[in-house]
Amino acid sequence: MPDAPDLLFRTLADPTRRAIFERLCRDGEQTVGALTAGAGISQPAVSKHLGILKQAGLVHDRPAGRQTHYSARADALVPLTDWASQMTGFWESRFDALEDLLRRMDQ
Amino acid sequence: MTETRTVTVEREIPFPPEKIWRALTQPHLIQEWLMKNDFQPVVGHRFDFRADWGSVDCKVLEVEPHKSLAYSWDAMGLESTVTWTLTPTRTGTHLRMEQTGFRPDQQRAYRGAHYGWAQMFAALEQLLARTD
Repeated sequence: MPDAPDLLFRTLADPTRRAIFERLCRDGEQTVGALTAGAGISQPAVSKHLGILKQAGLVHDRPAGRQTHYSARADALVPLTDWASQMTGFWESRFDALEDLLRRMDQ
Repeated sequence: MTETRTVTVEREIPFPPEKIWRALTQPHLIQEWLMKNDFQPVVGHRFDFRADWGSVDCKVLEVEPHKSLAYSWDAMGLESTVTWTLTPTRTGTHLRMEQTGFRPDQQRAYRGAHYGWAQMFAALEQLLARTD
């Protein structure tokens, strides 16, 4: 996945888009309407930014009735974080999963 | 010039090495705790791990049943080696995973260019840690 950081950099290079993403990180899941209220741009523009964030894997959408709720995906930033802390966290969680499997396995 | 990084994770596991070895070397079991794969415990065998975020290119480097296993682990522009070591203990096994990575100069230049970004993401990470 060599171009993953490039996609993330490009996606977050837009200050408006970055502000939307940071707001989802800070305040948790929100609807397009709620995001528009604080963004200073039109709802279609917010929706377009959310679509691009979603393509980059930075946000998750959850349809609920007529509304769609958006939330930030922290794991999407993994390619950009420090390698050592990234891999340590990765392997720690894999060790947990391995132990869980060993408990379920037949002798 | 290359920059070397090593990550080590160790744990005491209350199961014998033989059982852990199965979980480390049988594809359907590996898949349950790591990723989908076409691993074979044969030195020189090329395989990959696949996840929804991408894949990892690997080659088996060392197989010593119930004792140690090593494979190359290349992903996201980083070449590394993952080595598993199993040491029997009175109560089970001391399991150690060491990943040593070599970051090519090219990658360092890339990171340098994005130094400002790195700072921004460090801030974002702190933000994410707080909101968890």
